[in-house]
Amino acid sequence: MNKKQKKVLRRILLSLALLALITALFALGVLPENRWLKLGLYLIPYLVIGYDILIKAAKGLRNAQPFDENFLMAVATVGAMALGEYLEGAAVMLFYQIGELFQSYAVGKSRRSISQLMDIRPDYANLPGEDGALRQVDPDEVPVGTVIWVQPGEKIPIDGVVAEGQSTLDTAALTGESVPRDVGEGDEVISGCINMSGLLKIRTTREFGESTASKILDMVENASSKKSRQENFISRFARIYTPVVCFSALALALLPPLVRLLLQLSADWSVWLYRALTFLVISCPCALVISIPLSFFAGIGGASSAGVLVKGSNYMEALARVRTLAFDKTGTMTQGVFEVSGVHHSAMEERQLLELAALAESYSTHPISRSLQRAWGGELDKSRVSEVQEIAGRGLTARVDGKAVAVGNDKLMASFGIAAIPCRSVGTVVHVAVDGAYAGHILITDMLKPTAKEAVAALKGAGVERAVMLTGDSRAAADETAKALGVEEVYSELLPADKVAKVEQLLAQKRGRAQVGFVGDGINDAPVLSRADVGIAMGALGSDAAIEAADVVLMDDNPLKVAKAIRIAKKCIRIVYENIIFAIGVKLLCLVLGAVGLANMWVAIFADVGVMVIAVLNAIRALRVKKL
Amino acid sequence: MKKSYKIEVDCANCANKMEQAAKSTEGVKDAVVNFMTLKMNVEFEEGADPKAVMQQVRKACKKVEDDCEIYL
Repeated sequence: MNKKQKKVLRRILLSLALLALITALFALGVLPENRWLKLGLYLIPYLVIGYDILIKAAKGLRNAQPFDENFLMAVATVGAMALGEYLEGAAVMLFYQIGELFQSYAVGKSRRSISQLMDIRPDYANLPGEDGALRQVDPDEVPVGTVIWVQPGEKIPIDGVVAEGQSTLDTAALTGESVPRDVGEGDEVISGCINMSGLLKIRTTREFGESTASKILDMVENASSKKSRQENFISRFARIYTPVVCFSALALALLPPLVRLLLQLSADWSVWLYRALTFLVISCPCALVISIPLSFFAGIGGASSAGVLVKGSNYMEALARVRTLAFDKTGTMTQGVFEVSGVHHSAMEERQLLELAALAESYSTHPISRSLQRAWGGELDKSRVSEVQEIAGRGLTARVDGKAVAVGNDKLMASFGIAAIPCRSVGTVVHVAVDGAYAGHILITDMLKPTAKEAVAALKGAGVERAVMLTGDSRAAADETAKALGVEEVYSELLPADKVAKVEQLLAQKRGRAQVGFVGDGINDAPVLSRADVGIAMGALGSDAAIEAADVVLMDDNPLKVAKAIRIAKKCIRIVYENIIFAIGVKLLCLVLGAVGLANMWVAIFADVGVMVIAVLNAIRALRVKKL
Repeated sequence: MKKSYKIEVDCANCANKMEQAAKSTEGVKDAVVNFMTLKMNVEFEEGADPKAVMQQVRKACKKVEDDCEIYL
């Protein structure tokens, strides 16, 4: 609690104690039932708790703000006092202040907890001084190309390249997953990661303001400025709600008594005035106005703690309504790097064939050679290899352990007159022949990400009715991936412009409020990302283009996060609707009950403060996304 | 031209009122008040002087909500 809140709290406690004491004294008959004595005594707690409201009300009146909530509260309580309802007048003011205090405390607390979740803002950078001691400087003042030192336990303040040192980085604050990453000399590192083990000397490649951590913080902080439909609805509603309730109150105070007079009944002025004052207590739209933006703010904060950055409340809503989701294949569902996925028709031990091929290719830096070497995994003794001869576009021949080995494609085999067995699977096939005889082939494919299949299934669970794969890859490769993933709709051999056209088709087919999302890895698909209702970029650590173009950014490249993002958004939107319906519902109910005399001021103050407290607590629930 | 200002305000409805007041100030093309981050983003009309306009915005906001502050 800050100073201002503590002061209000003291006033609340004092006023509460006085109110209880006075009420008890009258109830026990210690004090005589005298109207003026009662008024005088109850005015003490009333003024203790309400003097600032009364002053603000006067100021609001001077500034021609008749629907200022301070003014309304002042009219309602002064009116109650005038009607002889001293306890109610003072209590309404007291509860109003309790509500305001709670609201300010809850909002402050969620502001803090969200900034803690996004605790990636580096406070300083270390520069080595002349005497070898480190000097802490403001990261804003570090020019590009400076070497900064990051000690174990510290945050990397600025993006850069490791100039010296080895360490492990914790990326949890950025991605929401604590998968440690090893880095060494020459590796790129991004700000916001925590250095866990060794001293790193980093040559900065960006200014602080352009670094990943600063950009992410900027995005999250500005996210709730892009308002959603619900937020706009609430601010419009608030603008008409208060005047409408106030005029109804006026009508309620005047019309029924006049009608009764005409019917020659007693007017009952005080009864109708009391009911009108009850209206004024309910007229403040606070619960709604605070709980909706708070829900979105908490949702966006919770999402970013899970490594999902949502760029605006409006995208939160769109994300929750995604029914059609198109996604890219390479780099999104697959790893985008080529791996050995099988060894077929081998005339020898599979490992042996792999070793032979890896040895023959050991002098080559071709991606295919590298994946063969990676699949073999062990040290390659290059002295076993001689007479390497590359045949462009076909492969190579070499002598390994004295044997003549040919490694390459169909054409290479054909040129030696060796009958190669074609592969039924899709991918790049590397045939191997030893001493002129066919020895089998090795299949190299772009591997699916380990969570890809699970991710597609999870999408269905998150309400996505139609999953569509769009890829520039060949039809055979696309169909096989789709089958493995369980995706029914595939469009292959698409150029980037074709992908935009396909997404436009999907947009044209959507019904009602359903939204079309697109997931890509940010490479070459910026136009599609911006064309879809919700563009989701994946694996954005360090990729600026994707962060710019997308509406939702997944910090790591795990496709499961897409479904998680949708679930987070759905929870947030559900809470928003719960709050809208609950708050408006209770208020309308109390207005009706108040008009017919079934609800008194105690009920009214609950409708105002109680609903607000419940709605705020509900809104904060949007922050909890770990188990989604 | 767009600029962002830090603000101080206690209640969410007051923030909405400030937004309305800022929007209808001369020289302001659009204004968004973010109650959660306590920021006001103002987009100025072509050729308007932000300093002079913000003085007016501050005045207008003070009028609708006495208890607010815009840090210029």
